Amino acid sequence: MPVLHSAPRYASNEGVIESLATALGAMLVSATEQHGEIVLTIARPEIANALKLLRDEHEYQQLMEMAGVDYPSRAERFEVVYMLLSVTKNHRLLVKCTASESTPVPTVTTLWHNAGWLEREVFDMYGVIFAGNKDLRRILTDYGFEGHPFRKDFPLTGYVELRYSQEDKRVVYEPVKLAQDFRTFDYMSPWEGSDYILPGDEKAAPASPPVEQKKTTDSPKDTGADKGADAKAADKASAPAPATDAKGDKA
Amino acid sequence: MSMQLEQSPTTGDDVITNYTINFGPQHPAAHGVLRMVMELDGEIIERIDPHVGLLHRGTEKLIENKTYLQALPYFDRLDYCSPLGMEYSYVLAIEKMLNVEVPLRAQYLRVLFAELTRISNHMMNIGSHIMDIGAMTPNLWLFEIREDCLNFFERASGARMHSAWFRPGGVHQDVPLKLLADLGEWLDTRLPELFEDAMSLVIDNRIFKQRNVDIAVVSKEDALAWGFSGPMIRGAGIPWDIRKSQPYDVYDRMEFDVPVATESDCYGRFMVRVEEVRQSAKIMKQCLAQMPEGPIMTADRKVGPPKRAEMKSSMESLIHHFKLYTEGFHVPAGEVYVATESPKGEFGVYLVSDGSNKPYRCKIRPTAFSHLQAMDFMCKGHMLPDATAILGALDIVFGECDR
Repeated sequence: MPVLHSAPRYASNEGVIESLATALGAMLVSATEQHGEIVLTIARPEIANALKLLRDEHEYQQLMEMAGVDYPSRAERFEVVYMLLSVTKNHRLLVKCTASESTPVPTVTTLWHNAGWLEREVFDMYGVIFAGNKDLRRILTDYGFEGHPFRKDFPLTGYVELRYSQEDKRVVYEPVKLAQDFRTFDYMSPWEGSDYILPGDEKAAPASPPVEQKKTTDSPKDTGADKGADAKAADKASAPAPATDAKGDKA
Repeated sequence: MSMQLEQSPTTGDDVITNYTINFGPQHPAAHGVLRMVMELDGEIIERIDPHVGLLHRGTEKLIENKTYLQALPYFDRLDYCSPLGMEYSYVLAIEKMLNVEVPLRAQYLRVLFAELTRISNHMMNIGSHIMDIGAMTPNLWLFEIREDCLNFFERASGARMHSAWFRPGGVHQDVPLKLLADLGEWLDTRLPELFEDAMSLVIDNRIFKQRNVDIAVVSKEDALAWGFSGPMIRGAGIPWDIRKSQPYDVYDRMEFDVPVATESDCYGRFMVRVEEVRQSAKIMKQCLAQMPEGPIMTADRKVGPPKRAEMKSSMESLIHHFKLYTEGFHVPAGEVYVATESPKGEFGVYLVSDGSNKPYRCKIRPTAFSHLQAMDFMCKGHMLPDATAILGALDIVFGECDR
């Protein structure tokens, strides 16, 4: 597909996967190129060694960013993604490995100083543990925060809210009380992507209970409808609109 | 360090130990809500532990719950000193996944206003850096320029700060011709006058130099290992500018220089920013000279909305408009990491799409995170007042750092 977009253009990806695949050998699980990005998946125990190899022998000098991603349906639900930049080759690389809550990822603080906070952030947000990181404290969340907020099963509203209590003269935590229900909008077309029942569709459910009483048309005797009722209904219930005189003035 | 009894003039037999103080979170020189736990030996900084996250709003999680277009205004609110620089990475990341072509005029407009953002951001940073050192006047003069910039943003987008003007596929609205004419005049007359006046007060000022020269020297190796970018890496002597080496939009048509500091201290970083303002003005003038007429939004109606007038007569346009502003567009599955040269450094967006109309994951790479992390190593051995100079030269905004 020809490149139409005008996103940053760095050095060509041609031949990069092949050369890195031979260099990484058995450490490499898979390598893909999609949307112009090279993504290398590395076996988790080898991630630090693989990144060291990429830094020292393939000139990827900088670790620009680390990201955690949560895929709850997978056996190892987390992905840890390392964004590498080579300032000499002018090239970028995404390197990732998978992890779960109980499987620590080897730290890369020994390779890059700035990995310390980046690993702390992934730990804080997802609960991925980094083996060898000596300072794995929470970083972005509150002191004493519980849980890992960026996991997909953590609600967007959170669990606690805080306010300043005039009686206690301090900030107190309370369970979240929403004044208005949290609204999720599903913009997916019901013909394409929705997996929910549209309001009203539940009436069409096949297992409807059998009808016990036969419904028949009511006779006028049952409803009280007859000529007298018709005439009564034709009566004007309210007074007619006030008449206006010729000049247009209201009386 | 312990002090010997005979050298200690004030205390008795007590051995003076290091003491720990809090810098911030409510400190005027902390540039926002930064708390730094400082371990001091007298006035010498031994260790700094910055505590960030006081402004954490969970932007990335909020973005996962919004459509691609609805998530855009969150980016203005990250680094509120350079909103358009933040939007830039995000729209480019979406465009890269959609592989959508952006009309030339929109590319020029985006470059033009990204550079105006750079000027307004640097006015803020240079000014507050100077004020942290103790000079009042230049900051007031520079804010006059910033005020001009904000007026230009307002005339283009309707909002002074949170523009939400860059959109996937182009920009939201075209600019009036008078705005471009005024911008050109401003670049020729007012900007150089005000800016050079203010700088003449500072650049050769003895006190300013005493506070900045040889403070927090960073070697090239350290700058790479600490993940520096933007003016910080150029301040360390590495000529690295994403606009130059990985050009996006029409930056490859622009002629500009990448300033690099020879002495990688706070003064060097300051001077890099000063020169970047002049280079930005140069880029803006080229944009104004070269900008063609034409559409400002992609013609692909699955991404860009139709014109209002078109909607009134064409059923198809009406449907497109309705679908775009309710369901939004679907982005093909995959992942990209797109980084641009924001005024503060490399601002990146790592976007994971599952093929739906909402991002599955949107990781924002803040520039401040790596830079602030290096505070400890940069401040070590310096005096307490130097910390404000170092922090000023880092150029940090907490809306972006904490997200």
